[in-house]
Amino acid sequence: MNIIEQLQTYFSYPFVRYAVIAGILISLCAGLLGVVLVLKRYAMIGDGLSHVAFGAMAVAAVLGFAPMTVALPVTVAVAVLLLLAGEKQIIKGDSAIAMLSAGSLAVGYLLLNLFPSSDTGSLSGDVCASLFGSTSMMTLSNTDVWLCVGLSAAVIGFFVIFYHKIFAVTFDEGFATSSGVRVRAYNFLIAAVSGIVIVLAMKLVGALLISSLIIFPALSAMRVFRSFRSVIVCSAVISVLGSLTGLLCALLLSTPTGASVAVVHIVIFLVFTLLGKLRRA
Amino acid sequence: MSLITCENLTLAYDTGVVASGVSFSLEAGDYLCIVGENGSGKSTLLKSMIGLHPVDGGCLTIDPATRKSGIGYLPQHTPAQRDFPASVREIVRSGCLKRSGLRPFWRMSDKKLADEAMARMGIENLAGKCYRELSGGQQQRVLLARAYCATGKLILLDEPIAGLDPMAMTEMYSMIADLNREGVAVVMVSHDVSAAVNYATHILHMSKTTTFFGTTEAYLSTPVGQQFAHREGGSYGDWSPKTAWDAPNIGRILDVRATPDARSVLGARGVSRDRNLTAIRRRGGAASKGEGEDA
Repeated sequence: MNIIEQLQTYFSYPFVRYAVIAGILISLCAGLLGVVLVLKRYAMIGDGLSHVAFGAMAVAAVLGFAPMTVALPVTVAVAVLLLLAGEKQIIKGDSAIAMLSAGSLAVGYLLLNLFPSSDTGSLSGDVCASLFGSTSMMTLSNTDVWLCVGLSAAVIGFFVIFYHKIFAVTFDEGFATSSGVRVRAYNFLIAAVSGIVIVLAMKLVGALLISSLIIFPALSAMRVFRSFRSVIVCSAVISVLGSLTGLLCALLLSTPTGASVAVVHIVIFLVFTLLGKLRRA
Repeated sequence: MSLITCENLTLAYDTGVVASGVSFSLEAGDYLCIVGENGSGKSTLLKSMIGLHPVDGGCLTIDPATRKSGIGYLPQHTPAQRDFPASVREIVRSGCLKRSGLRPFWRMSDKKLADEAMARMGIENLAGKCYRELSGGQQQRVLLARAYCATGKLILLDEPIAGLDPMAMTEMYSMIADLNREGVAVVMVSHDVSAAVNYATHILHMSKTTTFFGTTEAYLSTPVGQQFAHREGGSYGDWSPKTAWDAPNIGRILDVRATPDARSVLGARGVSRDRNLTAIRRRGGAASKGEGEDA
């Protein structure tokens, strides 16, 4: 009963409750979005955008703004731009993403180095938190949590209301266009939602580990399930349960949050790969 | 009003013009086959009909009522679909998108229509199956069922038989012909000229040097059509993938047509060719007459 008591003690602190609520909501969004990103072959975009978000947060820190207020619009804008670049093939999609990731990571780190934050006083702590999400989940403010709740609700609403359109746009853009679906508009919305989810997910797992939260649950679900609806539901469930497990492990074992969540998702992926093999055999 | 009117259309990519001077019209109940060599802009023309590709010159008008009620489209496969987790039912139902408008859920009537479409194409027993695990022929039937859900008037097919075995091809053609007999106008891009001549009421032949549009009978009396009839010889009608139009030949044929000498050489062998042609005309005429009665 030691663990239960320990958890009860932890849950008596508001910051732990905040972390768990925000963690569940963020994972839910990431699980839903991940399926679309994987199927649209945009998996790398998530990774690239997280680096952009890191750069934007660094700029915000240097200028003394709240990180989210800068990172959110910048990341959404870059997501939309990347999508546009993909349409026009100015620079080949994956090269553009690689350039952006490395560029923003470098600029972000350089800025944090040149203008160390006066609040925390520790450069490595700041960088580590943004890159690996080690402490940011436990230092959420009330506003952060409400922002998380609001944005997550918007993302989930988007998926529920436009579910059939999202399916059509993901499976077959040509047919969707012929059915009068405004494919471009939906692609823009998906890009914007990706930006939002990635900035939120950075809080949970940090910039470098975003893919573990967005891509792993989708791939795990695709190992076992065979229809779009079951994959998307399963991905959301895996994402939430995995992140919750990771968070609790991090609390109980005092391990870094981001890495714990990521490792749990990797284990889930391996288990589902095995399940998929068994199912097919 | 015609379902589709196309006048002096030009289609281009960044790399250059792919087709120009394309003119044709499609009436309700017509079956139009677009044939021609690779890169002659057949698929691009189809895409411009549904607004996937801009029109770079001339005019392309789709009857507004038809556009509003929905156009069925069967595109070529995209690489992303090869490992897409989607059930047959989900894909066929997505054909109801236009009907459902902004409604976030399917109505009973949408589901019924999708069930009917699956029953028509003989894939109702596959409804719960995953699309990527189906055979090529089954996949095409799923896409045809989806296109059927999307329209009652006009269906656009982009190489629906590409990569199918002869058996699946025959089935696909007969399902398309059935739809056409019920009054759905069909536009099909195809490499298979023999089938095109067999089933279509009209042919649009696109090529870099010339385009032809007219009834199938008129097509068979053009030098290109005659050359085709000649090549097919007595085995006409017994089409198989082997007799499908091979792209390099068409350019050659058109070149031949451009030089009077070569044409007279062709003409010298006209006896056997004319006999074949008469046989074909009889067949073609009977087929189009039959379809006319049903419509």
